[in-house]
Amino acid sequence: MTVKDLIEKHGFTPLSLPDPERTVSGCYIGDLLSWVMGRAKGDNVWLTIMSNVNTVAVASLSDVSLVLLAENVRPEDAVLSVAEAKGVNVAATELPLYEAALALRQDV
Amino acid sequence: MSDKLTFHFDVDGESFVSAGQASVQVKKNLRELGLPPEVIRRVSIAMYEGEINMVIHANGGVADVDVYEDKVVIVLDDKGPGIKDVALAMQEGYSTASDQVRSLGFGAGMGLPNMKRYTDDMVIETVVGVGTKITMTIRL
Repeated sequence: MTVKDLIEKHGFTPLSLPDPERTVSGCYIGDLLSWVMGRAKGDNVWLTIMSNVNTVAVASLSDVSLVLLAENVRPEDAVLSVAEAKGVNVAATELPLYEAALALRQDV
Repeated sequence: MSDKLTFHFDVDGESFVSAGQASVQVKKNLRELGLPPEVIRRVSIAMYEGEINMVIHANGGVADVDVYEDKVVIVLDDKGPGIKDVALAMQEGYSTASDQVRSLGFGAGMGLPNMKRYTDDMVIETVVGVGTKITMTIRL
């Protein structure tokens, strides 16, 4: 499934979508950035509540396909500008982490 | 590619916002050179962890990335406080980072372990009160 299809299917709010046709495969959940860099795999959906500019750098370097912010967390506009520039897809959902993970279960 | 290609960066010790610029630039450069995606991922994550360490602990430093025909070598050099107990610092979960650093999502005690995890060889030369030099090699 592509990032775009996943976002549409679940009604997530797209915040930065420079690379919507990327494939999503698997999911990693975490807020500690080094933990994510150590464990997340390329093309994963990264489910988190961490939304500062370092999140974008970690997403880019770890090569995840989508940063999905749970609990309706919204980053600052400047963070989203960096995400757009770096080709990092970011979306938000009002679901808590656990429920968001359950929702993704069939699709990634 | 018989000669090595070298990329040099000054890592600004003042800002977590600019931290990662060198790693992201290296990622871009390696992609342009056509290196495999998994190699690029390993190099750029190892380098980012090193960059963050230099910002957290050492007020910045310099980073050099040499690309050879058969390997990528990353050298991170700082004039920070040095690492008192390298074995302890290598343990997952051990960290001396401040609460402010932790609130940004860093300081999980995974930096050095991740650098080792993603590289084929890592050498730490450190002198307390003088600085730390870390050399990481990723074979192609």
